[in-house]
Amino acid sequence: MHPVVTTVIQRLALGLMTLFFVSIIIFASIEMLPGDFGETVLGQAATEETVEAFRKELGLDKPSYVRYFDWIGSVMSGDLGTSFSGRASSGVDRSRPVIDLVAPRLWNTLFLAGMTAIIAVPLALFLGITAALYRNSLYDRTVNATTLTTISFPEFFVAYLLILFLASLTQTFPSLANVTADTPFLERVNKSALPALTLTLVIVAHMMRMTRAAIINLLASPYIEMARLKGVSRMRVILRHALPNAWAPIAVVIAFNLAYLVVGVVVVEVVFVYPGIGQLMVDAVTTRDIPVVQACALIFAATYILLNLTADIISIVTNPRLLHPR
Amino acid sequence: MNTKSGKGKVLLKMRDVRIDGFSDERWHEIVKGVDLTLRRGEVMGLIGESGAGKSTLGLAAMGFARPGCRLTSGEIVFDGIDLMAASETEKRVLWGRRIAYVAQSAAAAFNPAHRLIEQTVEATVGEANAAEARQDARELYASLQLPDPDHIGERYPHQVSGGQLQRVMTAMAMSPRPDLIIFDEPTTALDVTTQVDVLSAMRDIVEKFDTAAIYITHDLAVVAQMADFIKVLRYGEEVEEAPTRTMLSKPKQDYTKSLWSVRALAKPEEPADDIALSVENVDASYGGTVKVLHDVTIHAPRGRTVAIVGESGSGKSTTARVITGLLPPSTGRVVFDGEPLPAALRDRSKDQLRRIQMIYQMADTAMNPRHTVGEIIGRPLEFYLGLSGRKRDDRVNELLAMIELDESFIDRLPSELSGGQKQRICIARALAAEPQVIICDEVTSALDQIVQEGILKLLLRLQKEFGLTYLFITHDIATVKAISDEIVVMYQGGVVEQGLKSEILGPPFPDYTKLLLSSVPEMDPDWLTGLIAERDGK
Repeated sequence: MHPVVTTVIQRLALGLMTLFFVSIIIFASIEMLPGDFGETVLGQAATEETVEAFRKELGLDKPSYVRYFDWIGSVMSGDLGTSFSGRASSGVDRSRPVIDLVAPRLWNTLFLAGMTAIIAVPLALFLGITAALYRNSLYDRTVNATTLTTISFPEFFVAYLLILFLASLTQTFPSLANVTADTPFLERVNKSALPALTLTLVIVAHMMRMTRAAIINLLASPYIEMARLKGVSRMRVILRHALPNAWAPIAVVIAFNLAYLVVGVVVVEVVFVYPGIGQLMVDAVTTRDIPVVQACALIFAATYILLNLTADIISIVTNPRLLHPR
Repeated sequence: MNTKSGKGKVLLKMRDVRIDGFSDERWHEIVKGVDLTLRRGEVMGLIGESGAGKSTLGLAAMGFARPGCRLTSGEIVFDGIDLMAASETEKRVLWGRRIAYVAQSAAAAFNPAHRLIEQTVEATVGEANAAEARQDARELYASLQLPDPDHIGERYPHQVSGGQLQRVMTAMAMSPRPDLIIFDEPTTALDVTTQVDVLSAMRDIVEKFDTAAIYITHDLAVVAQMADFIKVLRYGEEVEEAPTRTMLSKPKQDYTKSLWSVRALAKPEEPADDIALSVENVDASYGGTVKVLHDVTIHAPRGRTVAIVGESGSGKSTTARVITGLLPPSTGRVVFDGEPLPAALRDRSKDQLRRIQMIYQMADTAMNPRHTVGEIIGRPLEFYLGLSGRKRDDRVNELLAMIELDESFIDRLPSELSGGQKQRICIARALAAEPQVIICDEVTSALDQIVQEGILKLLLRLQKEFGLTYLFITHDIATVKAISDEIVVMYQGGVVEQGLKSEILGPPFPDYTKLLLSSVPEMDPDWLTGLIAERDGK
């Protein structure tokens, strides 16, 4: 088997193991949250017996290791469990499977992340490459200063500025991004435009600066000097001689930022009333809806692991030493 | 080829060229008004120590200045084109097409991401048909005696050896059939046995296409094989220029004569029977799979120098790692003062560690750049001998005196020292532990000839004073002649032979020793021609 395939398989296995350990940490940290669902739902007035009965019904009375294996076992068979909320004391069980709560939210989040990535990644690469090409010029300094400025503002501030200019004053895009499952595609894009732009402004600086730095770092290599002394044009030096060797660090930063788009955008979701998975998790934590919290945390962990794995694989396949062994 | 001088019309003319380099926050003049005239088909040797400005001058012949350098004044005219006035775009038309460059480290000068043949024809493809250029490149590979010339171009740089890469780079320079090639120390990074093949391949192809060349090196013997005439540079100024034979037989300036000095340094051998350290039947491997040493046995007599010679990959440095305990052997043992040493570093006592010290090739990377000289030398004093405070500082000063540096060095950082001074500090650090055996791993390879001589003399003096035993790892036969009592020849992880210097350097020779010794360039301009003829005759 080609050594790259072996390495990729090893990394995948390692990723799965990491996910397993993360699941233990998630479970343990939720165990350590103060208070419990029974008391939160039934209120301070509930008698101890009621709370006890309620806990028993949800299986909260079992020892934690049993609950962990119950949970991880059903997760592995594709069942994320049933939400605690909706069962309240009314007696009518309106609780829903976690998957039904999480799936539409996850889809929304992935849609927003994807839309942002489609704008931000090519933009960051373009800015990074051109800034490296014309380094220390006015263009380079302008790009650097602008992206640094946008990353230095808090997200909500960037969001309100965009609302002010693109929604209130010019009415280019709607300021509310309250999409639903039935929203048609184009309307969805239109509604998601402002959150996507906000997130673009937040993540472009990081990726752009790493692209620029990775390329400039390579420009001191003897093989770049050699290329110049062969009469290769500046553009070609960057695109053909520097960039192919710069993918590894760039991929790591892109992966890091894409992961952030999935797991860290709750502030932007709140500002634009966007029904993403971040808000779902925050709500679930407040109501002690443990199965939902666990599911969200697991999805976040998997996102990180998967994206970092992708970055690793890109580093491997862009390294000719690994791709073409002796 | 030495009769070519004077033929052809002037191709490159440099007048009073001055170049500044930026360091310590200001510009310094590093090339101070050098003149140079090169005619078509001529090969000029440019020699000098590092810092003499020879690479800078070589690149200036292309109208190129490295980042941190600038061409300040003078005249550079290539075939009627004024390179001082030309724009980057105008010069780019010349670069790689009419003037080509061959860099010192082929391994670093090839882009790891692209196949060799794509890089070979990159400058040519702009003008010629790509398929034709590729076919021509394959023919060039063949005439440079590369193995499998039809397919070697499909490989990536890391898939071929250093000597092969250097020849591919020559093919790359030759591909557009330039009028002028700048060779910048093209064989310095190669083993002597490889160097012979690369030199003769380069010389033949330059002759075949009647290309003019500037050959930059610090090695007089190498340049003597290549050049029609030689220019010696020092501190950015010309020392002298003369046809090769005149330069070798009758150098005018003292400085030129001194460049030969290490080759003249030779210590008489002294036999000894008292064995201080021996390596007995050692096998070793990295990661248990790649076996790098097999059945290595070496005896080092007390107070003597054993030189371990061989090309890169022969197991010289691995042997040092086994002795120091960094790489425990899979079989065999290391005996020190009659007692076997524990195989692994962590099992050895502090005293055992103290008595074997090491000095490395790259003094730069062997010192913490943020530690002062006092801290660097003081550390082993604290660690092994428990000295501190005043006592420690006094001892550091004594050690500095031993390595012929004064007390003012104690507060300096490595970045404030010259290459030779750094290596002296490393020697002092090894001495601080009061060792019995010092392993010197290519300690002079990165230094200029004159500095090398100083370091070797220092090591010999210290050996006399303290009765030190040296294991001297090197690939340079001149250094071996200068310092050793006994010689061990290694090849492909095994010992070819061990014996007194006179035995090893005199006949009869095993085949490999003969190849190694005959590959060392000599100061005779006909040496390479003679050697190739002799080898081909067999």
